Amino acid sequence: MESWKNHKALFAAIATAPLTWLILFFLLPLGIVWLYSFGTNQGLTQIDISGTFANYARALEPLYLGILWKSVLVAGATTIICLVVGFPVALAIVFASDKWKPWLLLGIMLPFWTNLLIRTYALMAVLRTEGYANQTIGWLHDKFGWLMTLVGLPPPGAYEPMHLLYNNFAVIFGLVYVHLPFMVLPLYAALDKLDKSLIEASLDLGAGHLRTLLMIVAPLAAPGIISGIIITFVPALGAYLTPDLLGGPDSQMIANVIERQFKRANDWPFGAALSFILMYATFIAIAFQAMKARQAEARQ
Amino acid sequence: MEDKQPIISIRNVSKRFGQVAAVDNVSLNIMPGEFFVLLGPSGCGKTTLLRMIAGFEIPTEGQILIDGQDMAKVPPNKRPVNMVFQSYAVFPHMSVADNVGYGLKIAGVGKAERESRVAEALELVKLDGFGTRKPNQLSGGQRQRVALARSLVMRPKVLLLDEPLSALDAKLRAQMQFELADLQDHVGITFITVTHDQDEALSMAGRIAVMNKGDIAQLATPSDLYEFPANRFVADFVGSVNLFEGRLTLDEPDRAAVDCPGLGKVYLNHGVTGPHGADVWVAIRPEKIYLHVPGAGKAIRGAAEDAPEGHNFARGQIKGMSYLGDITLYDIRLETGAMLRVSRPNLSRRDQEDFTWDDRVSMHWRADSAVVLLN
Amino acid sequence: MIGLPKRTPIAPLEYTRRLWMRGWVGLVLFFLYAPLITLIAFSFNDSRRNIVWRGFTFKYYEKALNNDSLMEALVNSITIAALATAVSVVLGALAAVMLWRFRFPMKAAAEGAMALPIVVPEICMGVAMLVFFAKIGFPTDLPWPLNLGAITIAHITFCFPFVTMVVRSRLASFNREEEEAAKDLGANEWQAFRDVLLPHMKPGLVAGALLAFTLSLDDFVITFFTSGPNTVTFPVKVYSMVRFSVTPEVNAASAMVIALTVILTTITLKMQSRMGTIAQGH
Repeated sequence: MESWKNHKALFAAIATAPLTWLILFFLLPLGIVWLYSFGTNQGLTQIDISGTFANYARALEPLYLGILWKSVLVAGATTIICLVVGFPVALAIVFASDKWKPWLLLGIMLPFWTNLLIRTYALMAVLRTEGYANQTIGWLHDKFGWLMTLVGLPPPGAYEPMHLLYNNFAVIFGLVYVHLPFMVLPLYAALDKLDKSLIEASLDLGAGHLRTLLMIVAPLAAPGIISGIIITFVPALGAYLTPDLLGGPDSQMIANVIERQFKRANDWPFGAALSFILMYATFIAIAFQAMKARQAEARQ
Repeated sequence: MEDKQPIISIRNVSKRFGQVAAVDNVSLNIMPGEFFVLLGPSGCGKTTLLRMIAGFEIPTEGQILIDGQDMAKVPPNKRPVNMVFQSYAVFPHMSVADNVGYGLKIAGVGKAERESRVAEALELVKLDGFGTRKPNQLSGGQRQRVALARSLVMRPKVLLLDEPLSALDAKLRAQMQFELADLQDHVGITFITVTHDQDEALSMAGRIAVMNKGDIAQLATPSDLYEFPANRFVADFVGSVNLFEGRLTLDEPDRAAVDCPGLGKVYLNHGVTGPHGADVWVAIRPEKIYLHVPGAGKAIRGAAEDAPEGHNFARGQIKGMSYLGDITLYDIRLETGAMLRVSRPNLSRRDQEDFTWDDRVSMHWRADSAVVLLN
Repeated sequence: MIGLPKRTPIAPLEYTRRLWMRGWVGLVLFFLYAPLITLIAFSFNDSRRNIVWRGFTFKYYEKALNNDSLMEALVNSITIAALATAVSVVLGALAAVMLWRFRFPMKAAAEGAMALPIVVPEICMGVAMLVFFAKIGFPTDLPWPLNLGAITIAHITFCFPFVTMVVRSRLASFNREEEEAAKDLGANEWQAFRDVLLPHMKPGLVAGALLAFTLSLDDFVITFFTSGPNTVTFPVKVYSMVRFSVTPEVNAASAMVIALTVILTTITLKMQSRMGTIAQGH
């Protein structure tokens, strides 16, 4: 690490392009949105930056507050399911043989590289009323329904397809489907770094596998677990496509409301205010993670 | 060793990883209270053997008994042994006292007893007063003591130590060698240590098993291992040695002779019990060879009195020299062209000036100095 | 399993060899792959409603390939991804070297700002781009490929910080003494960079490029806010098709994109493992 002062020309040559790009095409646009969030609509395209807090006040109305709260709940449920499902997977990859490890990692990563829209579309095909899930269950139902008579129950009637799509279940299912790799990869990284002899030492001192997991593995992998949680929670909170395509009328999340303000309702100032509320929520989550990571680092 | 029951009995144990046999049909008995060392180069299977005793690896074949009980179905957390890991594996998120008390807590020992036993264990490893510290506030040596206390507090039947001193610097290592031996003496628990360091093994062990390629090359006390190596591998691995190939030309109960093309005729004042005319190897330790200027040998002739004329005698020229403080090593090219290493203690402050590069020198050794190895 | 040698018993830490663990991993992989595999399988199904298997066909691939608007969208997507990747790699590498090599005032702020595009919710960034291009009056009637400019700029903005992240972690393993050795042997600043630092960065650059390409190809939300009626990308096109109905044509187009993804990933992994072995060599 050297001071820029000793290499001014070199520093300028390296730093100008990325910094300019970042300021011009990222910070400036965000700044405009931020200003708009304090504005009022004047006609169709004219926005007057009046310094009002009305847009933020409106976001606190029960309707929008409810959607915001629901988004947090849906993202939270997604995160917890991902953690529960993903932790054993991460553990399995860490302790897999050298031959299997890269393949398992690839197996988790490949969907992550696959287009989000394609994955969501594939889920729609599975979950539709006449989709593969219902088809399979219906087939099993017709084939094995008579088994019910064996235990003295009347044979079931014709199969009623379940409504798996366009509801909150589908949204959470889809969010888990999309975000599972986000959870597994940081968990894997954290567990892989763990000195395996710590686990052995715990077993050696008489602890069982479950206690070792709770008393040794979990505390030491905490930074990885927290970053997995944040990496899953943040994009799930701001998810647009999944609730839009898989959700029903009552599955709107905050991002869908923002989109509506810009594309249909044409209320940019309100949309801008909602965007910044979502951003602040994201920053709080990340700040929390950074704080925890620093605590963990200080302890090591 | 009386007729006590062995605390650990290893019976025909093999461990294969795929096609590779890390441990190959090893049988071994370790007695209660012993300080036992498994010594060998890396990859010889010593750590695998230790980990099988601890229960972290499962033998492909064979049986391990601890205190007469078959361990085949017993997981590591139920075995009456504890291990000190090479990396120490001190839990970084727990204080020293919590580390040491971890096993007791798992075992359900009450708080009051736990605290007193932890304090006792910390005192034993000279860490009293360190209980509230975190591992990142400790030095490497102190962490090792924590790992030691953490295992000792469990009062195991056997303490397993995996390369316990390898991460310490040379001075601390020498000190810990004595302390470990002392500690073992004090607590009376059987210690099994794995190491690749021969000094460590020789200084601490009661008995040493030298391992090579998954097999035990020799099992003996430290001095037997050094003075009476059973084969070339042990002679070469433990200490340094000059090895010469030769043929056994004379083999009687009280004397023997080996004809070495590289060294000349080597005379011994004891029998070898090898087949006559067999191809054998002669091993001579560098410190057992006397060095003197040609013609001045008479003054110290007494040392080689028992060697018949023309035997146990060689001439050469000094080709290499390294001064190590307490001793000086000389690499000498013999008249046959073979190289011989000789070490010479620097008994006075100017001894290292007696010889220098390209000096012509004579050497001789006693009739009981050389060891004849059949394989 | 007759005739095979006895299975080695499971050692305590071989969690992956435990049956429930394997079952769990198998279920998760099934969960991840079953939808994709059925999607691909049914793209070959000779049935409009694509539920029951009615025989093998390539006709939906033909249809997809002959669907001009779909193909145009695909070409747009790949063009944007290629442009965005090229610029992102340069900007990302420069930013990585800057953060790795220099101390400068407000460095923490610069680092934070550089990480921001990675963490900001996509929808917020999409909105910002929409507002920005509307505000500066970015022309919407330019000829191809200039009309893709707005989308490309937006994509570069969210791609290059990822490249920075990847390259920077690669730079962390660079031994500064190698650069000093080059200078000691007479290399100037540029020669030392070209001959020593750049080869070390290469695996990071390749990984960053693939990441940027995939992210750009993948992006829907930000593109959705920056695209006009004449600048439709593949995800946006699929989105509008999916809104109407699920058709085997979309299956076929999706299957082709999945194939492209798998090929790209394989190439990158191959290249990385080859460069990895070279890097280990010295």
